[in-house]
Amino acid sequence: MPLITYREALRTALDEEILRDENVVVIGEEVAQYNGAYKVTEGLWATHGDRRLVDTPISESAFVGMGIGASMLGLRPVIELMFWSFAYVAFDQIVNNAGCVRYMSGGLINVPIVIRGPANGGTNVGATHSHTPENLLANMPGLKVVVPATAYDAKGLLKTSIRDNDPVMFMENTLLYGEKWEVPDSEYLIPLGLADVKRTGDHVSLIAHGRAVLTCLKAAELLEAEHDISVEVVDLRSIRPLDEEAILNSVRKTHRAVVVEENKPFCGVGAQITSLIQEKAFDDLDAPIARVSAIDAPAIYSPPIEKRQLPDPQRVIEKVLNLA
Amino acid sequence: METLLQSPGQARPTINDKLTKEDKIRLLRDMYRIRRFEQTSLKYYNLGRMGGFLHLYSGQEAVAVGTVSLLGPDDHLITAYRDHGHAIAVGMTMPECMAELFGKATGCSKGKGGSMHLFAPDKRYWGGHGIVGGQTPLGAGIAYALKYKRIPGCCLCYLGDGAINQGVFHESLNLASLFSLPVVYIIEDNGYSMGTSLKRSSAYKTCLAERAEAYNMAWDVFLGEDLYEVRERTNVAIERARKECQPTLLEIQTYRYYGHSVADANAKKYRTAEEIEEYKNNHDPLQLFGKRLLEEEVLTEAQIGEIDRASKEEANAAVKFAEESPFPKEGDITADVYWEVDNQTEAGKQGTYFFNT
Ligand SMILES: Cc1ncc(C[n+]2csc(CCOP(=O)(O)OP(=O)(O)O)c2C)c(N)n1
Ligand SMILES: [Mg+2]
Repeated sequence: MPLITYREALRTALDEEILRDENVVVIGEEVAQYNGAYKVTEGLWATHGDRRLVDTPISESAFVGMGIGASMLGLRPVIELMFWSFAYVAFDQIVNNAGCVRYMSGGLINVPIVIRGPANGGTNVGATHSHTPENLLANMPGLKVVVPATAYDAKGLLKTSIRDNDPVMFMENTLLYGEKWEVPDSEYLIPLGLADVKRTGDHVSLIAHGRAVLTCLKAAELLEAEHDISVEVVDLRSIRPLDEEAILNSVRKTHRAVVVEENKPFCGVGAQITSLIQEKAFDDLDAPIARVSAIDAPAIYSPPIEKRQLPDPQRVIEKVLNLA
Repeated sequence: METLLQSPGQARPTINDKLTKEDKIRLLRDMYRIRRFEQTSLKYYNLGRMGGFLHLYSGQEAVAVGTVSLLGPDDHLITAYRDHGHAIAVGMTMPECMAELFGKATGCSKGKGGSMHLFAPDKRYWGGHGIVGGQTPLGAGIAYALKYKRIPGCCLCYLGDGAINQGVFHESLNLASLFSLPVVYIIEDNGYSMGTSLKRSSAYKTCLAERAEAYNMAWDVFLGEDLYEVRERTNVAIERARKECQPTLLEIQTYRYYGHSVADANAKKYRTAEEIEEYKNNHDPLQLFGKRLLEEEVLTEAQIGEIDRASKEEANAAVKFAEESPFPKEGDITADVYWEVDNQTEAGKQGTYFFNT
């Protein structure tokens, strides 16, 4: 299988879907002529032209809202946010329009839009550019939230998201854009709401999404090598819909769970998972559920300290070793 | 309404007549200090000493230095992320700014904000804001507070030509006009928002500032390469704010030499090398003002050379300070989040504030 970057995986997903469905249009700042601020859309404008790749002014509220409106008439806009942090400028459109119109119309209208872009810390761009709103948006019934950790998942999940008939918030990671994984040339789709066990193990389940999955995989390797602990890593891939069964199956096997995320702890995805496990698999647990998340403050700029603010394998290992 | 057609004639006495020889030298020196501070920061950015973004102001110096030089003790300013020029123009020191870029605890924001977030409220400089357009209602708010407190000052609020298309800016213009706020919005029109030219990002008739018409607000548009001109034209707006408590929208046409940020991979693709050279050779604000001061016999070539040399030296000393300074500590991450907690008040002790796992 060819090794391609996370960025190329997203690009091929866009390319294939643009070719497949005339209604797919990619809209955002610098997506066309500039080839994308993070080069995800590189070459697509040259191939597909102005009709399918649309550069916008810096008007997130308007172009996100425009995409939502267009999707009501059957277009399948893929809106690129240069950073998910800028979604906050368009929050009303996302929450009130994309999130509520189907419900308020009694199901008469649906919003087949994808809003995508990077949502991550760790790049020293300061608090306003480092937001990770997967928990905020998953809190809104009506919205779906997808957070791929690998190139393979990014491609399969993006294609599915574009074909999905509901609004999908698709969160990528600038630190992963250049990383490579095996991705088949042939077409495949990954359903939303299907977690992936990225490593099987017997003693403890690490449950994560996005880049935290890779942190867990590194921690798992070290735990196995240095402490003889067999670690299972469950990648949620999609936050809403959530694959509850995959989480519960893993915990029922290992009897221990550590939930890891790069987001802040308060009302984070980890809080939801923890509540789920204690509600539905309490009797299977041999230890309290532990959580690892970012240190609870806005993202600090200072490069070496920001590294410490985010979970790293060492912090995950400490948590696992401290489980009763 | 003011328009291009009513530019103040050069024969009339101008605000610049009041400048002493020392004032003029200081203005030129500040432009050199900004230029050299940034070129030095670029060098160390490329050496990996800082992270994130670095948006350079080179080419635009006459705008920050000219406009800030008009401010008095009751006047304030706020800008976007391209903020080094304004910081130095208001009197922030190179070491505190450089240390911030290096992410050091001795930086003006203790290494928490970085290049886009320089602040000095003691100098009435309210930052340094990373979200495009996000500072524009704050500018109105600072003006609102001045008016509320019956302080006869004003707030200069800078934004880019790309930022004018954020909805919040339009809402702010309406509020500023409706509430008669002493705010001067200054569009630093450098022709591009990242790789997008003005023509590809904005719908307008003759210029961007003309949008003020829709809000019944005074406006003006002029070139930002000549420091005297910047002062002269901006002063009219500042006086309007201070004396009549009315807002103005200014568009100052300028140019940036470097890419959007140092990370701009396409810096040389969306505009020609000739375009950049043309501006550098014929419109550089440092060269133009230096030439003026030579003509006025305020300075000699040798003295300008000395100003330049001293500016470089000052920037290098700032790097030394930054390099020798400590990073913040891990425990500092959760400081400066809440005032009540930091000040250990009753309110700050009641309930749980932080939820570290
Ligand atoms: C809400 C928001 N959208 C997008 C960005 C990314 N971004 C930062 S600066 C910029 C271009 C702004 O151009 P302009 O307003 O002309 O200012 P200049 O950079 O030329 O000083 C963009 C798109 C951002 N920081 N915030
Ligand atoms: Mg600009």
